Amino acid sequence: MVTREDRVRQILLRVMDPEIPVISVVDLGIIHKIKSVDGAIEVQVMPTYSGCPATDYIPQLIAKALRKEGYVEVKVINVNFPVWGTDRITSEGRRLLKEYGIAPPKVGGTPDCPQCGANDVEQISQFGSTPCKSLFRCRECLEPFEYFKCH
Amino acid sequence: MIANQQVFQFVLHLADDSLILGHRLSEWCGHGPTIEQDIALTNLALDLVGQSRLYYQYAAEIEGKGRTEDDLAYLRDVIEFRNHLITELPRGDFAFTVLRQYLWCSFRTEFYQHLLTSSEIKLGELAAKCLKELQYHQRFSITWINRLGLGTKVSHEKMQTALDELWPYTFEFFQPTAAEEKLINASLIPDCRDIRKTWDQSCQSVLREASLVVPQEHWDFQGGKEGMHTEHLGYILAEMQFLQRTYPGLVW
Ligand SMILES: [Zn+2]
Repeated sequence: MVTREDRVRQILLRVMDPEIPVISVVDLGIIHKIKSVDGAIEVQVMPTYSGCPATDYIPQLIAKALRKEGYVEVKVINVNFPVWGTDRITSEGRRLLKEYGIAPPKVGGTPDCPQCGANDVEQISQFGSTPCKSLFRCRECLEPFEYFKCH
Repeated sequence: MIANQQVFQFVLHLADDSLILGHRLSEWCGHGPTIEQDIALTNLALDLVGQSRLYYQYAAEIEGKGRTEDDLAYLRDVIEFRNHLITELPRGDFAFTVLRQYLWCSFRTEFYQHLLTSSEIKLGELAAKCLKELQYHQRFSITWINRLGLGTKVSHEKMQTALDELWPYTFEFFQPTAAEEKLINASLIPDCRDIRKTWDQSCQSVLREASLVVPQEHWDFQGGKEGMHTEHLGYILAEMQFLQRTYPGLVW
């Protein structure tokens, strides 16, 4: 049986991260809970980094998407605990990141180049264009690439 | 029974520390020695300002008088700020900036490790979130301490000068205020005196590895946690609070 929560999750699969528009909030692993309480929908979001400017924006995007699908009473809140970590990114999310040219987080060792797959890479910068990324260069194909930091 | 007032003041201290240091780091925006370091310092600033928001929101909730995070950040004056003095010192050069970051961050991460198990659940939860980010910042500053400490004669001198200037401000980390003593006795927060030894050991080893020498003089500055600040804080607040003071209630 498809529950109301499942239907909401389906909608959230189409709400993309504003800074990496190929990955949904579901695949990014930031949806903590979806609750249906007395006809109202409550979505609990785990923000990624404290410094992420999208922290206030993402709940607005989620609420907007749900209202568009006919949900009237919608409450989207940020919860700071449990703490979000990159281990919450789904395998589909990791695949999408790589396809988009961002090396997905890797526990231990250096990332693989998302262009050619080589592991002969060097870090250019510990920080990147958004709080969640750092910069690398591939020594094999010589392309620079972004890496989604392990967090 | 611990008065809410003491927890409120302590949470403000955590918030102010992050906000003021975050503001100092943000002054590097557009002035970093290279584009990568410019981005790194502003990323650190973003995280710290973000963390301060979490604490201001929490402080506002504890106080329960209808003040918001913005009221606490923008409408308090110098004597009401509770940050460590080290956070408000002018940004200095790049050596000074990365070394201050290291000294403060290594203390803060050690402190948060112990705060994780606080009986005040929310304190532990926020510490867990901030800790993850600060550990990454820590790696950044250690990389630079080594690189500059062991780099050229000039870079080494700059690091040593920064250490001589900053070291006396680290004593304040380990001196609890009277209000903190009460929270310590109630096991709500760790005793900063207890973490001194661990902090000292890890600090000394990082600095030694970078061939930097900890100054021997035993003079120190304190008072920030009780609202006694250097003249520098006033200038930060003047800049940071200008808009809100001039146009009260203005929103983005
Ligand atoms: Zn490659």
